[in-house]
Amino acid sequence: MSVNSQTPKMSGFFAKHHIIERNPFLLMLGILIMVAIGGIVQIVPLFYLQSTVEKVEGMRPYTPLEIAGRNIYLREGCYLCHSQMIRSLRDEVERYGHYSLAAESMYDHPFQWGSKRNGPDLARVGLKYTDSWHLAHLTNPRSVVPQSIMPTYAFLSNTELDTRELVDVMKANRYVGVPYTDEDIAKAVSDVKAQVNPDGPDAQDLVKRYPKAQVRKFDADTPTVTEADAVIAYLQMLGTLVDFKVYDDKANLR
Amino acid sequence: MQAVSKNKSLRVGEVGLVVVLAALALGSLFIAVKTIEPAFAFHMGLGALCSALGVFAIFQRYKGRPAGATPLEIDGKPNYNFGPVKFSSLMALFWGLAGMAVGIYLAFELAFPWLNLEPWFNFGRLRPLHTSAVIFAFGGNVLLATSFYVVQRTCRARLAGDLAPWFVVLGYNFFILIAGTGYLLGITEAKEYAEPEWYSDLWLTIVWVTYLLVFLGTILRRKEPHIFVANWFYLAFIITIAMLHLGNNATVPISVFSSKSVIVWSGVQDAMFQWWYGHNAVGFFLTAGFLAIMYYFVPKRAERPIYSYRLSIIHFWALIFLYIWAGPHHLHYTALPDWAQTLGMTFSLMLWMPSWGGMINGLLTLSGAWDKLRTDPVLRMLVVSVAFYGMSTFEGPVMAIKTVNSLSHYTDWTVGHVHSGALGWVAYVSFGALYCMIPWLWNKQLYSLRLVNWHFWVSTLGIVLYITSMWVSGILQGLMWRSYTPQGYLEYSFIETVAAMHPFYVIRGIGGVLFITGYLLMIYNVWMTIRSGEEAVPVGQPSMQPAE
Repeated sequence: MSVNSQTPKMSGFFAKHHIIERNPFLLMLGILIMVAIGGIVQIVPLFYLQSTVEKVEGMRPYTPLEIAGRNIYLREGCYLCHSQMIRSLRDEVERYGHYSLAAESMYDHPFQWGSKRNGPDLARVGLKYTDSWHLAHLTNPRSVVPQSIMPTYAFLSNTELDTRELVDVMKANRYVGVPYTDEDIAKAVSDVKAQVNPDGPDAQDLVKRYPKAQVRKFDADTPTVTEADAVIAYLQMLGTLVDFKVYDDKANLR
Repeated sequence: MQAVSKNKSLRVGEVGLVVVLAALALGSLFIAVKTIEPAFAFHMGLGALCSALGVFAIFQRYKGRPAGATPLEIDGKPNYNFGPVKFSSLMALFWGLAGMAVGIYLAFELAFPWLNLEPWFNFGRLRPLHTSAVIFAFGGNVLLATSFYVVQRTCRARLAGDLAPWFVVLGYNFFILIAGTGYLLGITEAKEYAEPEWYSDLWLTIVWVTYLLVFLGTILRRKEPHIFVANWFYLAFIITIAMLHLGNNATVPISVFSSKSVIVWSGVQDAMFQWWYGHNAVGFFLTAGFLAIMYYFVPKRAERPIYSYRLSIIHFWALIFLYIWAGPHHLHYTALPDWAQTLGMTFSLMLWMPSWGGMINGLLTLSGAWDKLRTDPVLRMLVVSVAFYGMSTFEGPVMAIKTVNSLSHYTDWTVGHVHSGALGWVAYVSFGALYCMIPWLWNKQLYSLRLVNWHFWVSTLGIVLYITSMWVSGILQGLMWRSYTPQGYLEYSFIETVAAMHPFYVIRGIGGVLFITGYLLMIYNVWMTIRSGEEAVPVGQPSMQPAE
């Protein structure tokens, strides 16, 4: 396969290229085929290869309050500075905890793995800090972390949580595959109230349908349910669903 | 004249677009009234207003235009349609200024957090505004303008469609307006570089299909047997962006009366879709499209043919085939399966070759004309852009190697890499093209080559400050994260690594200020060219600054 022996063949190829250059439809077809292949090979198998998403105990859909908090997290663009993806590297595992599993974001529409850490990873931030720390931190990050460069989010605890579209949000999530039951959707708004009222009659029912759901008033400063309640509820559950004391890495080797 | 106007009637396209816009106005108004979200009502109100203005504009144009179809040729020469090209060129200049200004503000927010003004001007809401404004608004308008210019010139045919080209450029800029204001108001899909919500996406789809039809229609009218190489790249850009846009933005609105939607994909599949999209927004929006600009404007300005026709062919097919595979290098060591990561890394490395093939083809086009770099700062800008393209397409594959990526990922190194491509390649090739095209469009001579020279040097200094500070901060932070004490503990807390970034964030901000200073010189130069520049020399030879 010397260069010389290839040259005549190449000119044949280049002569044939004239056909494509004169026909825009052939050109477009060629482009479409060329750009489709990579995506098909890389994306399609992820939907049917069993090993892509591990089988894990403990994953459940977000509670209405958590998903409301998550929507605020999306709205404020938190993902632009905080990743939720601990890579399988020694320093990351020691800093943040067990590396993230694909299963842990299986109900995330959209995913929030992020791409830049202006702030630390949040995949396992749940229960690492107290609610009052989070509230103070959101209100003014520099009050608890003097060198922080995070913006202030004081308005969250001054804004009442709008639950009017929550049912629609959960229905749309169910439509794309999140296993909410009819009961979950019917009780969406009352579940929000139940999750901030540990002494209320519905708290038990909520925890039965959403195991490990944390029930308490997250934003203790305000009697009503605020956006801060929702955001803190979301942050406090991140990474808490899978119990890594019983999770078996080897069982999911791929 | 009276007799002529009596025979004048509305064209089918005019009636059709009036009907569509009227329906759109009513529909938007209905949604605006029914929705409970003030921000969504504002957007729908804007939609209704702009649709109504569109109807008004069509009737105004009808009053002023002659009867009968617009001639495709006048005196045997193509009757080029440069109106939409001029509009997009000026919009590019406007959005570029807005996008860069927001970028600088963001840079200083990271250095001085008190600049965050909640909620609208917090980093998280402003950042998509910056990326969308520079990529889609500035870059997009440059691509619209140059593609509509190049396709007409190289096919020697008038742009296809009567109202369609205007629909494309106005519709696209309306999309930008909705997307950009949406971010500040908290309307977002929360997918990087694909933040616009479902209704903006839907609108963009309509505009984009029209764009493809106008472009294709013009190619079908061509007087040349061959389709010029720049048009292959434009076609690949238009088709692939459509594919990526539809794949990554598959979304279910929670209701037509809400701006909110839920993405169909989740978790690991969504991550793969996202970076298949994200990396190829770089590959096809910021590379293929701008390579088309290189393939037309570099030879034109240097007055030399493209270095190698065969290299163009290999470059084209290899580039578009390989680029699509590179997405997973954004997901190294994550929960994405290893086989996909390995594919992503391998193809990213291979991508180095066609990228440099393109760079060589662009640079060697100057064979025999290198002396012009000394005298023509516009050509210098174009050539340096290709050099930056070479540099960042080398850096990219290096960063796609898993071991390098384990250090660089999540740090400022990525940000610096993106900006060496965005400022050095995309912005410079755009500036070069605009400096060429605006005098051609308005039939004027460029007001001042000296100012171009100043623009070049001031902004180059800005880029150097930007890239070097991000290299240092990125590598420093990456090393600090993985640094261990002799006892085997992590040496630094996260916040210590953040504090260490401060001086570099300030330097980066200064780099940005220099870059925008150069850009302001350009805007002044363009303004003076259009307003008071001298008529171009009929031969169309670019006048040169004398050698010093």
